[in-house]
Formats: sequence, C-alpha cells, structure tokens
Amino acid sequence: MTTTPRWRALTQHNLFWPVAVLVVLLLINVPFTPGFFSIKMTDGHLYGSLVSIVLFGSPLILVAVGMTLVIATGGIDLSVGAVVAITGALTCSYISDEANQDSLSGVFLAMGIGLIAAVVCGLWNGFLVARMGIQPIIATLIIMVAGRGVAQLITDGQIITINSEPYKLIGGGYWLTLPFSIFVVAAVVAIMVALTRRTALGLLVESVGGNAEASRLVGIRSMRIKIMVYVFCALCAGIAGLMISSNTSAADGNNAGLWIELDAILAVVIGGTSLTGGRFSIGGTVVGALVIQTLTTTIYTIGVPTQTNLVFKAAVVIVVCLLQSPKFRAKVFGAKFRSGTGTKDGGTSSATPADGASTTAAAPKMEVS
Amino acid sequence: MSTATKTPTAPDSRRTPSKAARLLGDRRLPVVVTATLFLVMYIVGLTRYQNFGFGEPQVFLNLFIDNGYLLVAAVGATFVILSGGIDLSVGSVIGFTTMLTAWLVEKQGLPILVVIPIALGVGAFGGFLMGYVIHNFEIQPFIVTLAGLFLFRGLCLIVSKESIAIDDSSVSSMAQAQAQLGVGFLSVGAIIALVVLAIAFYVLHYTRFGRRVYAIGGNENSAMLMGLPQGGTKIAVYTVSGFCSALAGLLFTLYIQSGDPLHATGMELDAIAAVVIGGTLLTGGSGYVVGTLFGVLVLGLIKSIIQFEGTLSSWWTKIATGVLLCAFILIQRAMTARKKT
Repeated sequence: MTTTPRWRALTQHNLFWPVAVLVVLLLINVPFTPGFFSIKMTDGHLYGSLVSIVLFGSPLILVAVGMTLVIATGGIDLSVGAVVAITGALTCSYISDEANQDSLSGVFLAMGIGLIAAVVCGLWNGFLVARMGIQPIIATLIIMVAGRGVAQLITDGQIITINSEPYKLIGGGYWLTLPFSIFVVAAVVAIMVALTRRTALGLLVESVGGNAEASRLVGIRSMRIKIMVYVFCALCAGIAGLMISSNTSAADGNNAGLWIELDAILAVVIGGTSLTGGRFSIGGTVVGALVIQTLTTTIYTIGVPTQTNLVFKAAVVIVVCLLQSPKFRAKVFGAKFRSGTGTKDGGTSSATPADGASTTAAAPKMEVS
Repeated sequence: MSTATKTPTAPDSRRTPSKAARLLGDRRLPVVVTATLFLVMYIVGLTRYQNFGFGEPQVFLNLFIDNGYLLVAAVGATFVILSGGIDLSVGSVIGFTTMLTAWLVEKQGLPILVVIPIALGVGAFGGFLMGYVIHNFEIQPFIVTLAGLFLFRGLCLIVSKESIAIDDSSVSSMAQAQAQLGVGFLSVGAIIALVVLAIAFYVLHYTRFGRRVYAIGGNENSAMLMGLPQGGTKIAVYTVSGFCSALAGLLFTLYIQSGDPLHATGMELDAIAAVVIGGTLLTGGSGYVVGTLFGVLVLGLIKSIIQFEGTLSSWWTKIATGVLLCAFILIQRAMTARKKT
C-alpha cells in the first residue's frame, strides 16, 4: 500500500474525477491557444475563453441541474429538449405578435407563458411517472416525440425571429461586466443547493431514489416529491429554452435544444450521480456540464475538424463510464495495484471508518443501503 | 404504491377471474388492440379518401415499401427490449451504414456485393462491442448505447460532411427491382424486411436463444439462477440489434439512394415507438415480434393518411405518434397492474 490515506481520500471524493477531467481538458488548450486563461476587458464586458465556456454552457448547466434531481429519484427525463423547444416557440411567438417588442411587461408575460407551458409538461411527466407508475424513460419519451411536433405547430413550421432588446438580455446580454445568463444559472444553482442541502428536501429526494416504497412507508410522500422533481426539471429546461431562443433571437421548433437531453444526462453521469438514483451531486453536475462545454470549445479552438466532436463525446462517455464502473476498476486497476481494498469495494462502509477524512464522501452512500 | 392498496382485493380476483381481468391479463391483448387499430385506421382511410385511390392494393403494399427499413430496425429493437434493455444507437447506425455504403461504392469503387457484408459486419460488430461493455462492466444499456449514438453519428461526419449520391448502376437496378404480386408489387427492401420478420419470429419463438431472451427480460436474476448463459445472450441481443440496424441502413440506402450524415436522425425513437405500440413491454420479457409489424404499419399508415389528407403538416406525424405512444403505454400499465395483484 504505497498511497497515503490523504491521497486516497482525495481520489475517493466524488468530485475528484470530474474536476480532474475538466482540469486536464482546460490544460490541453494551453499549448494550442497561449492566451487561453487570459480574460480581457473590452468596453465594459469581460471576454475570454473561460467566460465563453460558461456563457455557452449555461443552458446545458441548467438542464443538467434539473436532470440531476430527476435522476436522483431514480428517474430520467428525456423530454427536456422538447420542453426547450416548446418554451422558446411559445415565448417568441407571443413576443413577435406584440406591437412593441421592447415593452417590458410584454416580455415578462411572454416568458411567463413559456414557463407555464414548461411546468405543465413537467406536471404531465410527473403525473405519468408518480401516479400512473410508468417507467420514466417511457413516460418522458411521449413528450420527447410529441413535443417537437407541438413546438412546430406553435411556430407553424417556421423559424420565428424577434427583435426585442429586453428579451435579448437573458441569453445574450451583459450585466456587471459578465454575461447575464451566468447570473441566472448561479441563482438557480444557489437556490437549488440551498433547498436540497440546507433543508431536508435533498435527503427526501435521495431516499425516494434509494427506495420509493420504503420512503412511502416511512412517511415521505414520495409521489409528491417525484412530481415536484419533474416539474423542477421542466422549469429548468424552460429557462434554458428562454436562454437559447434569446441568444439567437429566434425560435426553431426543430433544432432548439436538439440532443440537449443526452448532453444533460451525460453531464450528470460525468458528475458522478449514479443513474440508479439514491444520491446526487449538484456540484458534480455543474462540473460535468462544464466538461462537455469545454470539450466542445476545445475541439473548436485546437483546430480539430468540428465533425469529430461527437466521436470525442462518445470517447468521453465511454471512458467516464468505464472509470465509474466498479467491475472495470477491479479488473484493470485492482489486479495491478492491490487486491480488494480501496476503490473496488471500499466505497461502501467497510473500509471507510479507517480514515476519517473520507467520511464526508462516504456519508451519502450510507443512506442508500 | 398502487399495488399495496389493491392487495386486499387480490385473492378474490384470482379465484374467480372476471372476464375483463382475464382479457387484460392476456399477453396477446396489445397485439390485438394494435391490429384492430390498424384495421380501423385503414377502413377510416378507405371511406375518407375513396376517390383519391386509397383503396388501391398498391397503397397497402407501399406501407411495406416505405417502411421496410423501419420494420427491420424495429425488429432489432424488439430483441433488445424483450431482453429488458434499450438501444439508442439504432438511428446512428442506420445513418452510418448509408454513409459507409455510399462512400465505399462511390468513392472507393467497390462493388455493392462486397460492400453489403462489410456494412453488416460493421453494424454487428458495433452492437457486439456495446453488448460486451454492457455485460462485462455492468453499465446501464441506456448510457452505453448513448455513447454508441454519438460515436456512429460522429463517424458519419468523419466519413464525409456532405451527402453522397449513389449513381452506381447495380445499386439502382437493385433498388428498382420489383416483385409482381398480381395486384401490385413489392420492392427488394420490403421483401427483405418481411424475411427478417419471419426469421425473427422463428428465432424468438422456436429456438433456445429466443427463450433465453424472454427469460432474461422477464427476470434476470432467476434466469441466472436457472443457469442460463446470461452474458452470451445479452451480448448476442445487442449484436442482433446492431446487425438489424445495419441491414435497415442498407435498405434505407436502397430506398433513398444516397448517404447523408444526417440520415435517420431520431429513427431510434420511431423504432422504440413501433415496438411499444406493438405491445412489447418495455420492462422486457413480454411481447411479440408480430406486434412490432403492426406497430410499424400503424406508424406508416399515419404518414400515408397525413399525405392523403394534404392539408395537415408533417409535424402532425410526431404529435399523432406521441398520442398513440401515450395510449399504448397506459394500456400496458393497466395490464401489468392487473397481473401484479
């Protein structure tokens, strides 16, 4: 056993691998673009690769954060891409009908309508999953298939373009030298962290994901928690839809948020939230979404043909999943370094009491069993 | 949750199962419902578009010609879903196959007869790899096939960003070959699709492998305790799906005579929807490949009706598919809820 306990505690922390991947990805950029980490101030706005990564990644972060809660309850939401499209379509078509597209009240009303539609989608998903007891993959597949049709119905198959200054702010504007969408994302993430980690809500979500039936018997209204989680996820997707349509000043029923559900699930998985539910890490998800956006940006900046983007993404999915698979780690690393302890089955309670530093990492796992 | 509340009534219903309960418990019910739905839709189409030639036998045969590739892909997806898994890579593999075929035929000048086994081999190998990872490293099929989706779509774009038209004479003669049936004709693709369906039916219902697929989908643990070679079956199921997707890709190439990196985007959803509408339980272990045929036909008929209607736009296809999907999921739910109690 050559590794020190502290190092082992660090590598076992659930944020270690996602952050490591992110750092490596960021460092890869340095030889190709020397000024990668520099941030310039140009007419009151901050510019730089790091800022743009966060800016372009913000819809994904939002969707992924919402998805984290759904996955924590053992579900999955495939409909977020369609919800993004519906919200954008409704909001833009409302604004485009306005006489004065710059009127604040009109924009707020339009955004309200879009978000209400998103919440309705979430309620429907939650109803099917929690009330009817349908598998989440399938229940949300319905809106995934039909939602894009609805979005095209709203936009009449056209791409609606709008010209509204206030609406432009949410996805493409700047505030206090930073892109406004960063503040939106920060606010949503902060609210969510406060709600889930400062109150019992997070624990309830995890317990529903660990065992819905047992939680119900304990007295948790698991049905209500599940519906709430789907509504929250759809709401996040709705805000992301506002951002995407505002950034391009257009609503495209066909392509807005296309495949964002897959990216979001990927971000959640990279962040270390297990797809089987029962525990989640919001920080991990944010890092995971940043990893995906950094990967995209890296591919653009280092001059690799952009069409390889998807192949890289596939490679990252495979590598991350293999690293997270206990069986794979046991097969590849277990045989080389040590047999049994640590990474393989040490993640559960048996090995952790030895070093107190890792109890924080182990604590959420204990709740599952 | 609902099971707990219904438990007290369970013994009575088991002793004297009412007619409705027995009907709901019958595994063939969804297939019958889908077949009936197809018939009703067809009859409604007949009465509504009588003057527009909807009644021509060829319109019916066109359902097979226009949806042959979807049928093959859905048959592959049926295997995976019966085993309790899911395959999201179907559409990408189809797209990649069209691209690879077009590229090998047009840019490399290989004869189509050499290209076909290569394309099928690549698809089957891709499926095998995914099955291998799913089984050996115990990663959810959802995520592994998602990686497959990205990988094959990316490979499409690496082969070429532009679409490649196929002008090869042997391909076009193959695409235009028709089998006369007296009242109409079927294309090569449609015939291959029906042959695949027949083979799948035989494999699933009359071979050891088929029973293993059902057993693993029904309950993986008991299948393992019974000593069934679970790993081999799982890997084989994904290999079959990869092979079917590649074959569907070839049929799609014949149908459309070009390769394009964006061909068949989202086709996996159509395939899964067809399987669900065909009455296969998504939890695995229950369903019939014949149901998948009706599922595909219903989806195809929606498209034809929308074409005949003329005023409806293409996005109504998506909405109609979603509504049907929803209805059938609820039927499935009603069935499984009955079975548990």
